[in-house]
Formats: sequence, C-alpha cells, structure tokens
Amino acid sequence: METVTAVIDGCKVEVAKGTTILDAAKTVGIKIPTLCYHPDQSIKANCRICVVEVEGVQLLQAACATAVGKDMVIKTNTMAVREARKTVLELILAHHPQDCLQCIRNQNCELQTLAHEYNVRENRFEHIDENLLLDLTSPGVHRDPNKCIKCGRCIEVCERVQTAAVYSKYNRGFKVGVAPVLNLGLGEVACINCGQCVHACPVGAIYENDQHEQVWDAICDPKKHVVCQMAPAIRVALAEEFGLNAGELEMGKIVAALRQIGFDKVFHTNFTADLTIIEEGNELLHRINNGGKLPMITSCSPGWIKYCEHFYPDFLDNLSTCKSPQQMFGALVKTYYAEKASIDPADIYSVSFMPCTAKKFECIRPEMNSSGYQDVDVVLTTRELARMIREAGIDIVNIAPEDFDAPMGMYTGAAVIFGATGGVMEAALRTVYEVVTGKTLQDINFTAVRGMEGIKEATVDLDGLEVKVAVAHTTGNARKLLDAIRAGEKFYHFIEVMACPGGCIGGGGQPYGTTNEIRQKRIDAIYDEDAGLPIRKSHENPAITQLYEEFLKEPLGHKSHELLHTHYTKRSLYPFSKEEK
Amino acid sequence: MSLAKEQRIVLNNYDKINPASIDEYIAQGGYQALKKALTMSSAAIIDELKASGLRGRGGAGFPTWLKWSFTAPIEADQKYIVCNADEGEPGTYKDRLIMDKDPYRLIEALTIAGYTLGATKGYIYVRGEYPQSQQSLNTAITGTKAAGMMGKNILGSGFDFDLEVFSGAFAFVCGEETAIIESIEGKRGEPRIRPPYPGTVGLWGKPTVINNVETLANIPAILNNGGKWFASIGAVKYPGTKIMTLSGDVVNKTFVEVPTDTTLYDIIYGFGGGVTGGDFLAVQVGGNSGGVLPESLLNTPIDFDSMMAAGGSLGTGAVFVINDKRDLLDVVKNMAHFFTEESCGKCTPCREGCQRLYDFMVKVCDGKATVKDLKIANGLARVMNKSALCGLGQAAPTPVQTAIKFFGNKFEEKLLQNS
Ligand SMILES: Cc1cc2nc3c(=O)[nH]c(=O)nc-3n(C[C@H](O)[C@H](O)[C@H](O)COP(=O)(O)O)c2cc1C
Ligand code: SF4
Ligand code: SF4
Ligand code: SF4
Ligand code: FES
Repeated sequence: METVTAVIDGCKVEVAKGTTILDAAKTVGIKIPTLCYHPDQSIKANCRICVVEVEGVQLLQAACATAVGKDMVIKTNTMAVREARKTVLELILAHHPQDCLQCIRNQNCELQTLAHEYNVRENRFEHIDENLLLDLTSPGVHRDPNKCIKCGRCIEVCERVQTAAVYSKYNRGFKVGVAPVLNLGLGEVACINCGQCVHACPVGAIYENDQHEQVWDAICDPKKHVVCQMAPAIRVALAEEFGLNAGELEMGKIVAALRQIGFDKVFHTNFTADLTIIEEGNELLHRINNGGKLPMITSCSPGWIKYCEHFYPDFLDNLSTCKSPQQMFGALVKTYYAEKASIDPADIYSVSFMPCTAKKFECIRPEMNSSGYQDVDVVLTTRELARMIREAGIDIVNIAPEDFDAPMGMYTGAAVIFGATGGVMEAALRTVYEVVTGKTLQDINFTAVRGMEGIKEATVDLDGLEVKVAVAHTTGNARKLLDAIRAGEKFYHFIEVMACPGGCIGGGGQPYGTTNEIRQKRIDAIYDEDAGLPIRKSHENPAITQLYEEFLKEPLGHKSHELLHTHYTKRSLYPFSKEEK
Repeated sequence: MSLAKEQRIVLNNYDKINPASIDEYIAQGGYQALKKALTMSSAAIIDELKASGLRGRGGAGFPTWLKWSFTAPIEADQKYIVCNADEGEPGTYKDRLIMDKDPYRLIEALTIAGYTLGATKGYIYVRGEYPQSQQSLNTAITGTKAAGMMGKNILGSGFDFDLEVFSGAFAFVCGEETAIIESIEGKRGEPRIRPPYPGTVGLWGKPTVINNVETLANIPAILNNGGKWFASIGAVKYPGTKIMTLSGDVVNKTFVEVPTDTTLYDIIYGFGGGVTGGDFLAVQVGGNSGGVLPESLLNTPIDFDSMMAAGGSLGTGAVFVINDKRDLLDVVKNMAHFFTEESCGKCTPCREGCQRLYDFMVKVCDGKATVKDLKIANGLARVMNKSALCGLGQAAPTPVQTAIKFFGNKFEEKLLQNS
C-alpha cells in the first residue's frame, strides 16, 4: 500500500494515499466538524464547516474532500479556521428555526451538536424565518423545509440508493430549497415512504409522521382493548435508543415495558412471519408446479411494494399475493383472536411497532380491511416506541423481563431473521426444503443469502428441483435485478426484496442516523438471536399448527385467501391523482 | 496625455470581413494556422503556446500551455474541448464581439485545440442571452464543414473533429468551468468539487479542457507569427492584448483591444474620452466580481498581476466608471445584490453570505449600520474569500471589501449618523 506522511496540528501521520484530511485527523484523535459529509455517501463538500488550513495554500481546504498530500502541513485549529467554522455555523443557524426544544431531533441533531461543541452563544447575523409550509402529505414521512440546511444528503440517498429520485433543488442563492418536483408533497409523488431520507438528514427537516399520541389516547380509553405486535428488527435497535449496543436489550424487557405502558395484550409480528413462510412457501411451490408466474417476489416490504407499483408495474403479477406479516397479524387479531378471546373486534385497537415508515402507509391502504375493520389501526416506529417508554418513565434497562401473551406471541428463529436482508429467503428455504424433500436439513444456515452485499444469489437443490433464488436490498438493487430479468439476462424462481439497506433492521423508522456500520451490528444481533432459539423453522411453530387446525384449516385455503392475501395497484410516476395516493 | 495605441489581434477582422463568409476569413489568412498545426506535433504546439506566455482571458489567468499539457498526453477513448462563451459578467461583451464578427477564428482555434489535445469533440457553451452569437457560430460551423475543414479526416490529416453549440442556462454561475460541465450533462448548473480537475475527469467523466473565447482566439495568430512575437507584446508576465469594454460614466462607451501594459488611465481617459456627468470617483474593473478602485490606482497597467497587486483584478476586462455624483454606497449595494441572485446556493458561505453582505449594504445605505456591523461584514467577507466552494463565492465580497478599503470614509460618514 502506498502511503503518505504529513503533519496535522503538529502530529505526524502516515496514511494510505488518497486518505482525506478528515479521516487522517481521526487517526491522531482530532475531530473535524462535518455536516454534509455522510459515511455512506459521496463527498459533497458544500457545507464548508470542515475547512482547515494547509500550509502554502491560500484558500482554506475542505477536509472531507481533500486528500492528504505528501508532506502536507495541516492545521485544524487556527484563527482563520475557527472564524470560518463559527461563521458557517452562525450563518446556518440564523437561517434556521430556533425551536430546538420542540424539535423532533432535539439532542439528536448534527447541527445542534456542533452549535454546542463550538459554543455558539450568540449569533452575529439576524435571524431570518422563511415560514415555508410543512409537508404533511405523506402518511409515512413528514418534512419541515425550514430546517433544511441544503446538504443534499436526502437527494443522494433517494436518487442513488433507492433510485426513486424524489428530491431536487429549486431556486438559487439564499432561497435554494430541496423538495419533490414542482414543490409537491411527498404524498403526491412517487415516494415509497421508505424513510431512508430521514436517516440521511443531519437535522430535523425530514422525520416520521409521529402518531404516538393516538396510541396514548387509545390506551386511556377504557372501552378499547389495545393490543400490539412488534417486528423482529425492533429489539436489536431499540437498545441503541437507551444507550446500549445493538441487540443488547432483552426481548422480555421490551414486553414488560409494553405492559407497563398499558397494552392489554403484547404479541409479536414474528408469529405471522412464521405464518407468512407457510403461505408464501406454498404459493411458491404452487407457482412452480402449476406454471405460475415466476420469479415470485416477496411482498413483506411495503416500500418495495409501492416502488414496484410505481416503477415496475409490469412485475405486479410476480409479487407474492401474501400480505406482509404486519397485515396478516392485523387481519387475524380482529378475527381469530377476537373470536378466541370473545371480544367485539370493533373494540379492538391494534397497534403495530415497526422499524419502518412505509408500514404507516401500508396499514391505511384501502384493501387492508379484511376483518371488516381497518386491520391495523396505527403503526409506530422504533423511535416512537422509545418516546412512549421515556414518557412513561420506564427504566427499560433494569425492568424485570416478562413473556409474550399467547397464542400470537409464539415464534421461531426463522421469523426473527425476517429483520435482516436475506432473512425471508433463508426462512422460506428452511421450510420449503423440508416440506418438498421430506428430509431434515443438516445445516439450516443459508449463509449465501446473508450479509450487506447488494444482490445475493444462490441455487438450492430440492431433491432434483434446482431452485434459483436472489436477494436484493434497497430498491436501487431491486431495479438492477428487475432490469436484468426484463432483459432476459437472468432467471430466478424466487426473489426477496427489502426496500431498506440491510433489510428491516435498516428501516426508516429505526433510531435516527442509522448508517451501514450500525446496520451490520444489528444484522449480527439478529443472527445471534436466531441461533439461540430452540425452534428455528417456521413449520415447527406449534402455535401456527394450532392456528391452521382451529381456524385457517389449510395453507392457501379459503380463509387464507380472505384474510392473508392481497392484490396490488398500478401507480403512475408523478404527479398522480388523489385516488392513487 | 500619453495616448496608448490599440493593437488588434483577436479583433483583427472586426468589421473587415463578412462574418458569415469563410472565403473572406480565408482571404485574411484564415485557416493557415490550422494547416500549420496539422503538420506539427501536439508537444510542438504546446511549446509554441508556452513561448507565447498566453494566459487565460476568462478571469483566472491560468497559463494556457500548462492547462493543455496536463490533458494532451492522457490516453483516453474520448476527450473534449469546451469553449467558455457564457460571458455572464455585467458590462462584458468581448466574447460576443469575436463570435459575432469573426466566428471562423474561434472555430479554427478550437479545431487546433482539439488536434493538440486529442479531443475529437468540442462544445461551445454560449450564454443563453446571445442567440445571435449562437446563430453566427452555427452558420460558421456549417461553412467550415462545407469547406472540408471539420468532420472526418480534416485536410487529409487523419484528425476528426466536430463542434456543437450549446446554449447556456441563463445563470452567471454557469460560466464557472465545472458548472458548465454539469450544465452540458443536463444537470443543475452547480460547480463541482476539485480535484479531480476537468483536465483529467471532466465532461461525461472524460478529460476536458475549458478555455475562454478570447483566450482561444489568440491561438491562430500565435501559431502564424510564433510564440516569441506574442510574448513581446504588452506586459511580460501576461503578454498579448486584452479587450476592454467600457461602460458607466465614461464618454465613449466602447471597446478597445490594447496591449496588456496599457494603464487604466489610458483606457478611461484615452480611449474612453474621460468621465461624464461629473468627476472621477471610482472604477470597477473585471465585472461585478472586480474591485472598486480609486483614482490613485489609475496608473496601474491592466495585466493580470499588476491589477492583482493593486488590490483589484483584471477579470473579464470590463471597465465600469463611476463619477462623483453617484452615491457609491448605493452602487456597491447593487453590486452586492447581483450575487444574492446569482449564487447557485450550493455552499454555505456563499448561499448565506451573499445575502448577509447585501443586507449589510442596505443597512449602511439606510444609515442604520453600526461599527459593529462593519466589523461583522469584514469578517464574513474574509470567510467567503477563503471558504466558498467556487470562484463566485470567493470573489463575491470583492466590491464591498474594496469599497470599504478604498472608500472607508464614505462608510464612516454613514455609520456616524447612527452612533
Ligand atoms: C462564477 C464564475 C463565472 C465565470 N464565468 C466565466 C465566463 O463567463 N467566461 C469565461 O471564460 N470564464 C468564466 N469563468 C472562469 C472559468 O471558470 C474558467 O476559469 C475559464 O473559462 C478558463 O478559461 P481560460 O483559462 O481560457 O481563461 C467564471 C468563473 C467563475 C467562478
Ligand atoms: S421516503 Fe424514501 S422514496 Fe420517499 S423521499 Fe425519502 S428516500 Fe425517497
Ligand atoms: S432535507 Fe435534510 S438531508 Fe435533505 S438537504 Fe435538507 S438538511 Fe440535507
Ligand atoms: S461559491 Fe456560490 S456559486 Fe460557488 S458553489 Fe458556493 S454557492 Fe455556488
Ligand atoms: S463536511 Fe466537508 S464541506 Fe461539508
């Protein structure tokens, strides 16, 4: 490896050629402030907060964009640098609302942190408020354009990672803004509600539609029987909200906290994740054996579904007709559970905790009312759950663990790995293999479909039936896969697509500022949890067997079709009519 | 009064020929340089440019031979030459004169550039407000093709070259060389970060050289007469001539092409015929990004380095004269306003700073600014100079800064009323 040596603030550094000043400074313990920089993105160098002095160069240099040169003498703490940093900060703050206390990103905002670290006590520039309208048009993601610092990070993630390309800049100079085309709302364009722009945003300009007050209202309403479900990706990330590492929070403590909050029943979406595997596995075999449309593509990720509806409507028949686990759960709570518990479904309030902002959209899709009611009443993200726990004053780290309620709290390791990219595929393979071959899997770990690689492929031998599978996470990777299939370059039987990087553990509802490094830690925690569970195959879940015996009768049967399967809608690109929303 | 003389190199054919006629251009010696170039090696042409000392006329004064020497040796499946004809600085129309009156000269120069650099495709990025220049160039491109001097295998040399006129995006910042690239690629006209420089990674990711119209227009004469001849004209370190365009309170609102050692005084009082409407107060040289200079600096020669040393800049060569009946602060306020509209808004210091500097000038003009405000404005201007992403934001404070520096008393008068 070719290296260069340089001096930063008097410290000698030796780094690989091409290393930026920003990264080189970290190696000697010097933190240079950044705002437009994001570890998973391209270098933009537009905020200019990171400028430093390089001896012999007249202009200050952006540390995020400048490679360390041979024998460079770099200074990060001179009068000129301090003046520039402070001026940039003051300029941004003077053109930014001053309501940190009420802001959803309070104590979790890159701008606020810098204002604190650089001791901005007064601002030399007069405060200017533009009073731009909030964008509340989307059920998943809201925007406060007044808070935008024009870093361009949301533009990049939406365009390059998700290839939905919702955002662009408008105007010039002081009046520059970032918004969907024609300044329409997110709910009026081909936004898939994935919330990845929420993670990209350094400030409180993009955030979830916070609905947790609605849940308090329901809990406090004595007429309501309030039940909740929780996705597998919640546990690993909720820990981070309380100062722990990914996965460090025990499941039982979250259950206890939810009871403390006031839920009448605490269930787990994993229950219907196992159910999804049974229904979807059977659907796949049915398609393969009956000349059905292939590849079959998973349908658990509502961001992906909306993406397919907007951008690849010719693939709608490839989507599995299975509802997502959340919606299967919703349909069963107000039918199966209501019946079993002798509760009028009209009195049930069904709450879903998800790592996902797109689920907020999914639960209000007009077709999601197979129980005769809106199947899931409200979806809250991991962040909203953390807010409720804090508001309730619960010390979740030290609370005594409790168990889920029966029967919809019973699950297997196969359901847990739904939370990571490749997990649904692996869970399906565990079951499909055993159902088709009648043999027991020697090694149930399908490692080929695990990990952060954008597109993963594998071929599985089911006693002579070669099943070709692929896994894509991010809709940008899904696009690549579908383009290759369209062009006839690739053939698969079964594809898993998750809209978010890393799968649900990287969802738009997870703790703010999720990066790929954090995603990897959550993935590790997910597989650890799977490995530690006694049952790791969906078809071995006794509660699922019971559900079929008592209620559904058979996979893909009449009741299943009524409650667990769905259909999709072709959507135009933009701007689209009110009915399509 | 010592009257300096005009010397026309780039404007040599001005009003002498029918701009649409290639035959008339050829009759004036046109296309001799291209023919000569096609017999020379790339390195030999660059050597000739080096000997000439030609430096950029687009405002940055970068040695042309040096820029070309980075790109010429690069092996690439495609390279580009882009002519910067965005000419967005207020009071500047030098490039238009060349494009409208002698388009074949520019086309010949671009073909030579293409040959030297190994670029088979060129773009002329012409200011959107110049439809007549676009038409003039398109006519000339058609004429050149018809004469067999553009397209495949030019004059049997084996060199292929094609040129396309690209209409600008009606924004000052689109004259910045990397913003041009973005604009041609169909994106929003915002400057890119450098490195990589366009010379290695430019248009569509290919090595690209960008030169100003006037810079290029010098090249045929340099090849015909030799680099030494060119180097002997004007200032030693910035040789040749420069077109200056005069506007404001000056008798002759005209243009001149003069050797670069001509002084500002000669331009204003000689060619310009002096000040109208009052006495001399100030002159802004180089366009709106240029310094506002006092009478004491009129003996400065216009070349790049002398102007820089005096605290101003040659810029595009626009000369805007301001008489003493004008409210200088109001004039400077308008200059500051220009940048609030023209900043692309990409980087913080310029996006926010241009507005704040303008707000400061408004406050000054309204008699509401304090000594503290002045200090804040100075600090802000310093930060913009050093931290903005591109030349626009770095130079935007110049009018305000030079006004404070050279006409501080005018500010003090206004500030006093308030204290
Ligand atoms: C804001 C801004 C606007 C510019 N506008 C022009 C222009 O209109 N024409 C031009 O030739 N150069 C312009 N430049 C300079 C170009 O970036 C570049 O330096 C020049 O085209 C190089 O050509 P030269 O070396 O032949 O001068 C501008 C620079 C900045 C920062
Ligand atoms: S939610 Fe997803 S699709 Fe919508 S704007 Fe944000 S990144 Fe783009
Ligand atoms: S909305 Fe957020 S991410 Fe997007 S440009 Fe503004 S500050 Fe950056
Ligand atoms: S200096 Fe001004 S024009 Fe240049 S990139 Fe920054 S905002 Fe845009
Ligand atoms: S972090 Fe380097 S310019 Fe924004």
